[in-house]
Amino acid sequence: MLTVWIIVAASLAYLVLLFGIAWYADRRADAGRSVIDNSLVYALSLGVYCTTWTFYGSVGRAAASGIGFLPIYLGPTLLFALGAVILHKMIRIAKANRITSIADFVASRYGKSQLLGGLVSVIAVVGVIPYIALQLKAVSSTFVLLTEVGLQPGAATVAPLLQDSAFYVAGLLAVFTILFGTRHMDATERHEGMVAAIAFESVIKLVAFLAAGLFVVYGMYGGLGDLFDKARAVPEITQRLLGDGRAVIDYGNWFALTLLAFFAALLLPRQFQIAVVENVNPQHLRRAIWLFPLYLFLINLFVLPIALAGLMHFPGGTDADSFVLTLPMAFQQQSLTLLVFVGGLSAATGMVIVETIALSTMVCNDLVMPVLLRWRALGLQQREDLTGLLLGIRRWAIAIILALGYLYFRIAGEAYALVSIGLISFAAMAQFAPVVLGGMYWKGGTQSGALAALGAGFFIWTYTLLLPSFAKSGWLPADFLQHGPWGIELLRPQQLFGLTGLSEITHCLVWSMVFNLGSYVGVSLMRIPDAREARQAKLFVEESGAAAPNWRGGAELDDLLPLAARFIGPERAQEAFDRHARSRGFTSSAALHGVKSDAELVHFAETLLAGAIGSASARAMVASVVQEEPLGLDEVMNILDEASQVRAYSHELEIKSQELTQATAELRAANERLRELDSLKDDFISTVTHELRTPLTSIRAFSEMLHEDPKIDLVERTRFLGIIVSETERLSRLINQILDLAKLESGRAEWTSAEVNLSEVIREAVDSISSLAKEKKITLQLDLPEPGAIVLADRDRLTQVMINLLSNSVKFVASGSGHVKVGAGETADEVSVSVCDNGPGIRAEDRELIFEKFRQGTGDAGALTDKPQGTGLGLPISRQIIEYFGGKLWVESELGKGACFRFTLPRDSAQNRR
Amino acid sequence: MPRRHLVSHRLVAVFLLGCLLFNYPLLAVLDRFGSIGGLPSSFVWLMAAWFFLIVLMAVIVERSDNRDY
Repeated sequence: MLTVWIIVAASLAYLVLLFGIAWYADRRADAGRSVIDNSLVYALSLGVYCTTWTFYGSVGRAAASGIGFLPIYLGPTLLFALGAVILHKMIRIAKANRITSIADFVASRYGKSQLLGGLVSVIAVVGVIPYIALQLKAVSSTFVLLTEVGLQPGAATVAPLLQDSAFYVAGLLAVFTILFGTRHMDATERHEGMVAAIAFESVIKLVAFLAAGLFVVYGMYGGLGDLFDKARAVPEITQRLLGDGRAVIDYGNWFALTLLAFFAALLLPRQFQIAVVENVNPQHLRRAIWLFPLYLFLINLFVLPIALAGLMHFPGGTDADSFVLTLPMAFQQQSLTLLVFVGGLSAATGMVIVETIALSTMVCNDLVMPVLLRWRALGLQQREDLTGLLLGIRRWAIAIILALGYLYFRIAGEAYALVSIGLISFAAMAQFAPVVLGGMYWKGGTQSGALAALGAGFFIWTYTLLLPSFAKSGWLPADFLQHGPWGIELLRPQQLFGLTGLSEITHCLVWSMVFNLGSYVGVSLMRIPDAREARQAKLFVEESGAAAPNWRGGAELDDLLPLAARFIGPERAQEAFDRHARSRGFTSSAALHGVKSDAELVHFAETLLAGAIGSASARAMVASVVQEEPLGLDEVMNILDEASQVRAYSHELEIKSQELTQATAELRAANERLRELDSLKDDFISTVTHELRTPLTSIRAFSEMLHEDPKIDLVERTRFLGIIVSETERLSRLINQILDLAKLESGRAEWTSAEVNLSEVIREAVDSISSLAKEKKITLQLDLPEPGAIVLADRDRLTQVMINLLSNSVKFVASGSGHVKVGAGETADEVSVSVCDNGPGIRAEDRELIFEKFRQGTGDAGALTDKPQGTGLGLPISRQIIEYFGGKLWVESELGKGACFRFTLPRDSAQNRR
Repeated sequence: MPRRHLVSHRLVAVFLLGCLLFNYPLLAVLDRFGSIGGLPSSFVWLMAAWFFLIVLMAVIVERSDNRDY
């Protein structure tokens, strides 16, 4: 049997160890080497979610309803799956706005309303104090269980004050919380020592519970299978808990509990404190997303087995809540019993410490300070240093909250009100869900909407859950439960409006959410948010740092620095202002002196103060020193509207300017092209003029000679006239071709189209050129397929091309040895024609030039000739014609080895053109 | 979709999966199975599904880059 002294000594030693850890962590934090700056410690400290309600109560619930205890842990698991979305955003918002409690969060979101902050604080305190009482009760009753009467049923009675362990625990916790929770005023409200201690407590309670579980499953039974087999042999257990083959879960209730726990893990003051306020680095959340659910999983692993073992071992006996302790006791496992007791102690102390710190911040910032600051008779507005006062308020708040918790425990004792208080607290905290989550994702929520929502939700919660629990404890007449107030059956608290068939928690959740959410949305939609609400909504929903300015006008550094100093102490204030100045590129805060009307500085000071006294009070304080010309709604709206319009315009401008740039580039290219064409045209005209002048000059010269000298003899005269005739012919040919080319290029040429036998066309062309060839003694060789390929084309134009190519070849080959070969071939989709000669060939660089107007090939190595043998227009015209029919005309040649002109025509060319 | 959103979107998917696994009607189906290896099926199912979700979340988070989400 463990003696009282061993237990007391162990408990004291444990608490001293906690002090040590907290003290060490605080020292390290002051030295800048934080021990809690990692995700493992963060995840462990989140384990504060598991209180004695988990440590002892889960087993009790499991003994009563099988796996019905699980939703309380599945909810937080689901929440953390959304951690990257919801929690991460919450942490970012809280850090940006220096939010230090859930009350501050709500107050700040809805226009920094003191009223709203106060209401949230009241709900939190009312909802959570019984929960604190529950922790003290657990410590007290387990202590009694261990030291006095052991295993007798119903033994845990409330001890006299001075013998009551809970009294001493409450006292010690008050000291601990005050020491590590209110060491100094800090704008961030972070408590590293406390967090380190909480993380350590999480480890202890997990180890203790796992040890108890392993002992039960493997010490008392031969493993899980054995335990469940034996349990199944007990008919009562089988029927009630295991339910082989039958549904044992009430799904509506199951879902409601999951949802409640989901909200609780986000909104319970201690969860908000640990997850959001004490968060060192948002990145820590990453790993906590799965570490925290894993912690919950592990601590629940043995709950059902312990419950079953307890039921089997103490049939119809002992309080199931304490199975985890009484089972090792029954087997004389003294050290294990002690470990489990310490584990339970750690679960209780962890919860109480964090919860009281969170509540004291709320009470101080959102309840007491607003009242004190308004109470002009106290002269607080004028007092120099308020840090002492602030710390004093918090310390008193901690002491009073713990005293209230203890008082509640003493009064409620074994009453029903305490038994299910965990869930009742959860249901109270769930009332924050619409305003908090709505506030983070919906900009339309207003202060009146939030007030209505919280008011309605809290009222329904009180009416359907808190009052009935009082009634069941005998503090209120119970008949209003049965018959409703004033005998109105429809208003019976637990069957409101005749809704039956739900558990009381589900019933409360359904109605409170209906009214809460309904009021929030309904009342919010009655008007548009005013200027301040709109600004805060933007900060919370969009997290945009540069919202519309909160302050017009400004304040001097001389006003703001002393104001901050009054609340957080001169050194800390100076330090913070210096940091701010440096972040804006000044050397120190002194340099800010000259900066007039500095809205940014005012905003900084307000945020700094918000960390210490809450956003609503901070706003009031800053307003007292700023020569405020408050922004009217219209002005803010105008600013916002203007801003968005300017954005829209600038976007349009950007698009327009892009279009302009593009258009300019296109224009420039077109202009370039035009210049090119222009110079080409000039070239063309000068070339044409030159070409025309040459024959004209010789015609004129010979005509003048004939005209002036009638005595020229006949032979000479005939020769002159022959030259004139041939030059005239050349001139008219030239003019015809220029006209032809102009027509082709302008697209005004007339085309006829018919089926043409290519071989016939070639033969015709060769016939017409053969006399010329004979004259030069050139051999013409034909290699044509029979029957010839049929293409759709303009017969005359095709002939023109062939004659042009043939006459070119004939022109350039040497007379006598000249040789021109004409070939034709066809493939599936095109026909090809080649005209090859053994002339001088064409230099590589000239092979494209010859297709330009007035450029001609030359026989020798010289430049393109300007002593034309043709007009220089034949090839360009030919190419135009072939391309018109969709074909290609090109030349292959090697210098000295002749040239080969080839063209192709698609078989269905004519169709394509149409 | 940028990479940093991918991680949080995956986690949201895990959330939805969890809502499905932990609730009616899937739970009702498993509840009627009776026992699995001597243990009540709903108990085995819930613990297994729970653990599976945790592993899934761990894999999603740990495989991602530090800067993601």
